[in-house]
Amino acid sequence: MTSMLSKRIIACLDVRDGRVVKGINFEGLREAGDPAELARRYNVEGIDEIVILDVTATIEARQARAHTIAAVAREIFLPLCVGGGIRTEKDAVAAVEAGADKVSLNTAALRQPALITTLGNRYGSQAVVVAIDAKRQDGRFAVYARSGRAETPRDAIEWAREAADRGAGEILLTSIDRDGTKSGFDCALTAAVSSAVGIPVIASGGAGAFDHFADVFTDGRADAALAASIFHFNEHSVEALKNFLHGRGIPVRRPWHVAR
Amino acid sequence: MIALVDYGAGNLTSVRKALGAVGARFWTPTHASEIDGATGVIVPGVGHFGVTAALDDSWRAAILEAMERSVPLLGICVGMQWLFEGSTEAPDVPGLGVVHGCCRRLEPRGAANVGRPPVPLKIPHVGWNSLTFSRPTRLFAGVPDGAQVYFTHSYAAPLVSATAARTTYGAPFCAALEDGLVSGVQFHLEKSGDVGLLILRNWLAQVRVADDVHAL
Repeated sequence: MTSMLSKRIIACLDVRDGRVVKGINFEGLREAGDPAELARRYNVEGIDEIVILDVTATIEARQARAHTIAAVAREIFLPLCVGGGIRTEKDAVAAVEAGADKVSLNTAALRQPALITTLGNRYGSQAVVVAIDAKRQDGRFAVYARSGRAETPRDAIEWAREAADRGAGEILLTSIDRDGTKSGFDCALTAAVSSAVGIPVIASGGAGAFDHFADVFTDGRADAALAASIFHFNEHSVEALKNFLHGRGIPVRRPWHVAR
Repeated sequence: MIALVDYGAGNLTSVRKALGAVGARFWTPTHASEIDGATGVIVPGVGHFGVTAALDDSWRAAILEAMERSVPLLGICVGMQWLFEGSTEAPDVPGLGVVHGCCRRLEPRGAANVGRPPVPLKIPHVGWNSLTFSRPTRLFAGVPDGAQVYFTHSYAAPLVSATAARTTYGAPFCAALEDGLVSGVQFHLEKSGDVGLLILRNWLAQVRVADDVHAL
């Protein structure tokens, strides 16, 4: 049997005050449920990984809540990544001790790029994800900080390269333009970043239909794709998505197919 | 009682959680000499091979001595790599050497790209990949060939006679080994869903058999 690394489907739980919420273009939050309950459902449906993002954490200077992490970690035996409000090594340690396998750095990495290396040395680079929020601007992809509210002078492709050089294990790349719009991932952005770095790239922002995932895994060269609302509101199941991708010749993990 | 060896290589929260989920009794020894009371030994690990240098002569002797007492041993990720003679990731740090061979960096040779021209492989190898079994083993009893498990690593062990399962990423490597009571998995069984827990239960069954023998 020739084995092939599966393309990962990752569910994102945007958490605020212990509840899952989801906005459009980073604004207008609506509630989607209990984090642990959603994680349990996704696990049964065959999700490959869970990301918890405390969407308000950076702005309101809050840490990702340890009890939310622990509650989700209790439900699943899958990789768990935590981001939002990881500003210091201490914040990262708290997240890992609560049950996170990986921490995602965004604004903190922009402010203090050495933190990527510090955490990579402490936990291994597989535990360090650098999240990049990018927006199309004057023919390039500008990097934004603070949950998409603060423009930075950085270019997404160059910043991804630097993050990889500093020891990031993965890039979580979000298109601000597409986030929450369900109009499809930004395949050009994803392909540009994925081709520029030797580490896996997770595409995020814009998932609205199964075709969008197929597109980002082929044209977008993504190693993984992340979505939130498409799964939260029971619009589509992870299982149906994976069966669709399998039918399109894209390698995915279908645990119900072999193990049950 | 299983000794879960904590030598500072990353976080053991998820391994502890998985052991709890399958009903294992375990503790984390603070000193190598405590291992003489263990009926199973787990060497976990994540990150750089160099951190295994913390497993100094006293730990090595205690683990080898446990093996002589027929105590089942399980290495996970870097913990499995450490069962080999060493790794090019940290050439000055010797492995335990109970399995012949040396771990090497994965090579980013061209990968299939779902109907597109091949692109260089990403390193580290992160995500779910499938197991191909070399032969029937206790570790994989009830696990279907092709089952997927979660990997995250940049270095890998070679295919050896003890190899129980191989995985291909560019080239085939040793995804798991079983040689008598020595077992190892390159993947994270504690992060591999139901399949991972089944593999852990299978290993635990060996510990229980060993427990019964010791009780005689």
